[in-house]
Amino acid sequence: MSELIRQFRNFFVSLRLTVVLLVLGMILVFAATLDQVNLGIWAVQEKYFRSFFVLWNVGDIPVPVFPGGYFVGGLLLINLTVSHLYRFKFTLRKSGIFLTHVGLILLLLGELFTGLLQEDYSMRLEQNVPKNYSESFRENELVVLDVTDSQFDDVVSVPEERVARAEAIQHPKLPFRVVPKEYYPNSALQNRPETEAPGNAPSKATQGIGQRVRLVPLPITYKQNERNIPAAFVELVGSSGSLGTWLVSADPRLPNQRFEHAGRTYEIAMRFLRTYKPFELTLLKFSHDRYAGTEIPKNFSSNIRLKTPDGQDDREVLIYMNNPLRYSGLTFYQASFEPGNDKVTILQVVRNPSWLVPYIACSLMTFGLLIQFGIHLFAFVGKRRAPRALPA
Amino acid sequence: MKKLIPLLVLAATVFYVARTLMPVPEASAFKIAAFGELPVLVNGRIKPLDTVARSSLLQLQGRQRVSSPLVSAPIVATPSEWLLEVVFRPEKADTFPTFQIDNPDLLALLGKTEDDIKIKYEKTALKVLSVFGFVPSHFRRFSLRDLTPHIGTIQEQAKLADPIEAAVRTPFQRAVLQLYGNLVHYQRLRHALVAPGRTDFLGDLLKFQDNVVAGVAAVRAKQAGQEHDAALVSTMTEIGESFVIMAESTNLLVIPPDAGNSDPTAWKPAGAALLETFRTGRVNSGALAYAGLAHAWRNNQPEQFNKLIELYRAEIGKRLEPQLTKVGAEKRFNVAQPFYSSMTLYAVALFVGLFSWLLWPDVLGRSAFWITAVAWLVATGGMAMRMWIEGRPPVTNLYSSALFVGWGAVGLCLILEQIYKNAIGSVAAGVIGFSTLLIAHHLSLSGDTMEMMRAVLDSNFWLATHVIVVTAGYSATFLAGFLGIIYILRGLFTRTLDSVTADALTRMVYGIICFATLFSFVGTILGGIWADQSWGRFWGWDPKENGALIIVIWNAVILHARWGGMIKQRGLMNLAIGGNIVTSWSWFGTNMLGVGLHSYGFTDAAFVALSGFVLSQIAFIGLGCLPLSLWRSFNRRPAAGQPDAAAAAPGR
Repeated sequence: MSELIRQFRNFFVSLRLTVVLLVLGMILVFAATLDQVNLGIWAVQEKYFRSFFVLWNVGDIPVPVFPGGYFVGGLLLINLTVSHLYRFKFTLRKSGIFLTHVGLILLLLGELFTGLLQEDYSMRLEQNVPKNYSESFRENELVVLDVTDSQFDDVVSVPEERVARAEAIQHPKLPFRVVPKEYYPNSALQNRPETEAPGNAPSKATQGIGQRVRLVPLPITYKQNERNIPAAFVELVGSSGSLGTWLVSADPRLPNQRFEHAGRTYEIAMRFLRTYKPFELTLLKFSHDRYAGTEIPKNFSSNIRLKTPDGQDDREVLIYMNNPLRYSGLTFYQASFEPGNDKVTILQVVRNPSWLVPYIACSLMTFGLLIQFGIHLFAFVGKRRAPRALPA
Repeated sequence: MKKLIPLLVLAATVFYVARTLMPVPEASAFKIAAFGELPVLVNGRIKPLDTVARSSLLQLQGRQRVSSPLVSAPIVATPSEWLLEVVFRPEKADTFPTFQIDNPDLLALLGKTEDDIKIKYEKTALKVLSVFGFVPSHFRRFSLRDLTPHIGTIQEQAKLADPIEAAVRTPFQRAVLQLYGNLVHYQRLRHALVAPGRTDFLGDLLKFQDNVVAGVAAVRAKQAGQEHDAALVSTMTEIGESFVIMAESTNLLVIPPDAGNSDPTAWKPAGAALLETFRTGRVNSGALAYAGLAHAWRNNQPEQFNKLIELYRAEIGKRLEPQLTKVGAEKRFNVAQPFYSSMTLYAVALFVGLFSWLLWPDVLGRSAFWITAVAWLVATGGMAMRMWIEGRPPVTNLYSSALFVGWGAVGLCLILEQIYKNAIGSVAAGVIGFSTLLIAHHLSLSGDTMEMMRAVLDSNFWLATHVIVVTAGYSATFLAGFLGIIYILRGLFTRTLDSVTADALTRMVYGIICFATLFSFVGTILGGIWADQSWGRFWGWDPKENGALIIVIWNAVILHARWGGMIKQRGLMNLAIGGNIVTSWSWFGTNMLGVGLHSYGFTDAAFVALSGFVLSQIAFIGLGCLPLSLWRSFNRRPAAGQPDAAAAAPGR
């Protein structure tokens, strides 16, 4: 074996590397926790954990300042695996260490898969209104719907990034191009007064509600209990010229804007990114109790009807704190409510295909630690007993 | 003799504790203790009025005793007596100094200059003591009467401060809001039982009872535009209005549900019960009883007072016996104050343990052990009592986590002390037991410590598993850290750290860190399982989760560094002290961030304390890093055939 390879191997199997990586990991977690105050929990995960390097912007150039979660976790994974393959001889005495580390490898892999595969959505249900989709917490979409047929809507969805990049889209289902003009990552809408004060620019929208409201750009928010409301001016261009410019916003109060073109009826809107489900949920009753004489919530629960179109499932379920509904790979849990409105419930929907991994990993690790420290303890007790036996 | 003295110490300690459990004889002719045992529903829990009195006093002025620095005797004998004055004779209670104000800007706003609040002692001795801080040098507590001229200003400033996010408020804004909150709280107590401004509420109620049927008829007649008794209508309206004020301005639900109503949440304020009279034509017996008590108290009629309490207690006892048993037990628990006795004993154990390193190691060491053991048992009893009253596992909020961290660590210390018999366990127990109870005391200043659990945390199973195990992990990590401090201080400043003690300490720290790793790891993953069961995700990088993770990683770092030979004794001790920093941050620091699902205990004043603690731990680590030649235990001069310094301290 050449010297270089030997050095390389020695680096990767060393316990020193383990300790350094653990310390780096700790610093990373600490910094990420502090930064949650500024960035919120989601942005922090992307920046610190689901990345190879933590980047700081110096001017406009992102500079890597610290190894990220994938870097530290990945190296730790290599370090663990390699040193076990290389150094480790399985004996009963070391079975505890072995189990613990196998568990840890699984745990790291599980977290990696979770990071890659887990999806979270929110689902706001109004009493007696069936719903078959959930909405993203952070992502949005620009949609153009063909609503000519009263039986179904034909939806063309444009991801938010493409709107942000002002990319023109031509889709086979649409007889016009969708040309995003201007994009605002966060905004608010205000009513435009009937008589516009002189000096105020007229709306950039030539069609729809955008002519009557004013768009106020806002800075991007990172607060956990707020979300960004993006908005855009979008022009639709047909074969014989422009159909006009619409203002679209993800503000849920803004209804879809309807228009006619070439004998068909369309709607245009920007909305929270939807994921459709092969079943529908209907809120039957939302209950919310407080402790007597206080505002402290005692419990929330949502009585919900779960129904599939094929009629295979049609039942009532009760979702309450610490008791979610698990159905078709999704977990629905009682996340929130609207204060003062007991006709609405807000569920959080999570898809996490690798949910079982941490359970297995943690059982292995717990057993491993118990065995390992148990062996220490018995050795210690044995040693203390031994000297007393001597004088006799 | 060597065996006898520790046993005598044990007996004395037990006697001391037993005395706190004895019922205290009533100092006045009034059965004030029995008044304190009457039940009330506040913040979702049925508790004795005594608890209301104590937690109110802690919240308003940071202590349960009501006194003035100029008079040595307390103004009232017990918190219950203070409450009696507040509810029944507010004009007197308003003169008691029970509003604590420390913020200098707020004091200036209230027109208090340095000269106003400086205490002018007559006696020279007191003057001298006040300079050294043994007696207070400034007035910090003010009466409602002092504050009354400034109520408008306080209200105005509170309105300005209120919309500002809690995390970014200035100390002045926090102080104003706290004072305003305290004034509101006091007002709620004052209006809980009798109508404001009526000197003979009982008389008014009895007259009302006689006239209510006619009165209601008169009011109806007036509404219908018919002929009516105008004087009667105005009496009815007046008293009705004062009932409304009572009902709306208090959160003390003192009137139990009517007989036959089994709904445990149907308690109501006295005012609401009195308003029902217009419908039922009969004044509620509970409200009437309290009015009677007010009458007896104001007119100094102890026999009537005592008789009335007895009758009322018997009347509600018919349907509320199980609740009243608990309420009575809680009252006795309050009076016994087990955590204060325990705290005192820990302090004594600490000093006895420290002295045992200097002289009579066996006698003092064993004595310290017994004192610690009794203190721990008292704390155990106190926690068991809280569990029974609440019907919950031991850790439900920050306050009870402080109790439990101390309890767990001291429990481990007792085991260590039983194995090693070198008083190190007792000293560590003294420090940790005392400081965690001190922390708990400070956490209790925000009100009743037995709070209702918010919906998301309302799961006895997970509270009993995840929370307990994680908190036990905190205990162990702290204990390892304090043992590390003992190692460094003894090694650096005394000659008492011989190699036997040093090795013993190393083994203790190592063992405790193994324990800490196991518990913090298992606790953290149990938390993950809870999260997965309730929210469908195992790990969410929430601050509290991250804090727990950091403790696990830190313990893993120590163990791996030790196994890899990267650290020896001193390194182990220094890293163990680092565990104190990590754990304190996870315990309190994460709650100060104010984000995440777990941040149930926002504590801004604790930030300074936490920073101070972290700095002190860094200082200890700094001391631990000093070269061995400066360590008194290791730098024995190579005189008379002794090996030199380096050889005297191998492997450190």
